[in-house]
Amino acid sequence: MLHEPAAKIETDKAASKKAKLGVKMFLFYTLVYAGFVFIGLTRPEWMGLEAIGELNVAIVYGFGLIVLAIIMGFIYNYLCTKMEDEMNKH
Amino acid sequence: MIYEVSNLAIIIFLFIVGLVLGLSFYFARKTKSASKYYAAGGNIHWAVNGIAFAGDYLSAASFLGICGMIAYSGYDGFLYSIGYLAGWVVALFLVAEPLKKLGKYTFTDALDSRFNSKHIKLAASISTLIVSLFYLIPQMVGAGDLIVPLLGLPHWIGVLLVGSIVILIVATAGMTSTTYVQFIKGALLVVFSTILTFYILNHGLSLTPSENYHQFLRTEAVITGGTISRVVDPSYQIIKTISTDNQEFAQLEKDGSLYWFHVTKQGDKAVLDEMLHMTTLADGSILYNGEPKSERKFYQVGHLSKIVVDGQEVTETGPLGPFKFLKTIENSEVVRFSKKSFPDGEAKVTVWYQNVTKGKDVMKPGLLYKLSKAAGATGWDRLNFISLMLALFLGTSALPHILIRYYTVPSQRAARKSTIVGISAIGFFYILTLYMGLGAMANGVLDVESSNMSAPLLAKTFGIGLFSIISAIAFATVLGTVSGLIVASSGAIAHDFIDKYLEVEMTDKGKVKAGKIAAVCVGLFAILLGILFKGMNVSFLVGLAFAVAASANLPAILFLLFWEKTTAKGIAWSIVVGIVTSIGIILFSPTMWDKYGLVPSDAPIPLDNPGIISIPLSVLTLVVVSLMTQKENLTKTNK
Repeated sequence: MLHEPAAKIETDKAASKKAKLGVKMFLFYTLVYAGFVFIGLTRPEWMGLEAIGELNVAIVYGFGLIVLAIIMGFIYNYLCTKMEDEMNKH
Repeated sequence: MIYEVSNLAIIIFLFIVGLVLGLSFYFARKTKSASKYYAAGGNIHWAVNGIAFAGDYLSAASFLGICGMIAYSGYDGFLYSIGYLAGWVVALFLVAEPLKKLGKYTFTDALDSRFNSKHIKLAASISTLIVSLFYLIPQMVGAGDLIVPLLGLPHWIGVLLVGSIVILIVATAGMTSTTYVQFIKGALLVVFSTILTFYILNHGLSLTPSENYHQFLRTEAVITGGTISRVVDPSYQIIKTISTDNQEFAQLEKDGSLYWFHVTKQGDKAVLDEMLHMTTLADGSILYNGEPKSERKFYQVGHLSKIVVDGQEVTETGPLGPFKFLKTIENSEVVRFSKKSFPDGEAKVTVWYQNVTKGKDVMKPGLLYKLSKAAGATGWDRLNFISLMLALFLGTSALPHILIRYYTVPSQRAARKSTIVGISAIGFFYILTLYMGLGAMANGVLDVESSNMSAPLLAKTFGIGLFSIISAIAFATVLGTVSGLIVASSGAIAHDFIDKYLEVEMTDKGKVKAGKIAAVCVGLFAILLGILFKGMNVSFLVGLAFAVAASANLPAILFLLFWEKTTAKGIAWSIVVGIVTSIGIILFSPTMWDKYGLVPSDAPIPLDNPGIISIPLSVLTLVVVSLMTQKENLTKTNK
């Protein structure tokens, strides 16, 4: 008695490639996120230094992490859609 | 705090609640099957689902909790915004599409898709229930907090009200209505938070937040032999002084009333600053600034003591741009109100004293989570910080009520696209939280009894209409999130446990009925918890839910997707270890020690956020048990 999906899912030949891309993008973002935590732990005084446009490192890095997640989301979707269209043509 | 109740606020509140209920009853007529009840039939459009993701995720914790935490602790509150959003990266890149392919209605379905294991069904259903309950507590607390200024009713009535409405919603319509409620609420929340931020920037910053802002008294006293002996203003008489945690407080008497002042010693003189104080007497009655609550002597607070723009001190700034606003606060000085409690004979006194804080300290981490040696940070403080950031990052993609939203869309592509729509809306909102929190900090709107009301009370300074709409949306926020959580919980009980684990024979209609009965039971329990946890910051509580989810569920999901050697027993035991260790650490943490009425520093585990210990333990358990049970895997594969 296995649990079938709620909606019928068609075979996706691009699944493996998309998964690899997802892991790579996840690792990249994790590194950037870990950098933020690392600075907070080891050099907390750096967070108060001026970075860009008079804003300090804490603000620029914090906003940057949020904006980066959104941008990477769009890039990931673009690349995945392209893979799906190419590999599932037939 | 006593608030003026506005008829407009009541009308707008009733309208939005009525809209939510109307929508639910409309969709109730279409909910006849289990597929419709648990997964909205799997045919919601990705864009609607994306905004509904935002509606689900931007719960009371985000709007009420984060803004409140920023208002009291500056940038440290914004860490939650960063962590909550970063967690979506894990959901998008690793979990969204594979999970959509695996599951049917619930998180347990996905975990169990490869194994058909009773161990997984039991462990995952319990985990779903526990995580959802942990997440439910802050929503209910937030609902109670909202009702106090909005309708002038006590906290517990707010909790009861939201619980009853949600039970009605979920018990009638399930996931379809929940999705559309979340869609409308998510969209309204982002739009009106943008409007509120526009008001904040347009208003700028001022040393006098409002015309009727309380002017705190300051007087001087003479020190003799190391203690204050006489107040310079002869109308005050010194009754006693108390020292606690390097802070000194003096109780003064004037015209028959008793007041507490904060003492700052400067040579042979002392400066006495008026504080907010609440005294709980032996008979249980409470005095606010020495008077009964009805005398309205308890004030809203939060202001700047110095404003510096381009190197010049000013009394007000006028409209500011978004970056200039942040820079100005960084260059200025903020008066925060720090809390201390101490016994006074048979009474218990809680004071909130003025704590002048440099803007540059407000705009970087450190006020809540001590990080630098100069601030006295210990190893445990740093571990708390890592633990929080880890749990926030890994918790999102392990929340059952978020995961089940992947089953409401028709395809994997739709799951991915809806996640991106969700991330965009949520990310934009989280940037706004910094402005709303700092705006509340500087505009004299803080209710020291509850940090959760900072954003709605800030809206009140810009007009009762904006306050009413924002509060009603916040209430709808709670309604929507609680609905989603109760659908997830009822799925865990009725679908995972009764139907799949106990294998009770039920018709499709019977399954829906079981789900609805489970929803009512979970709702009633949530009401009770919401009343018990009154007064705690909702974002902190949600942080704990994230830690439990990240410990119990995430290792299971990720290893199932990415490690072929994962076994059913490995998954089940990692869930059990994740739940037990994370909840165990929370129960023995300083915060819970405080909640039990004990001294927080005496807590056996000096860690508030359990993730740093419980997540690795859960992973280790999964790996070790899976390797030990490889034979079962092989047997299963050969069959």
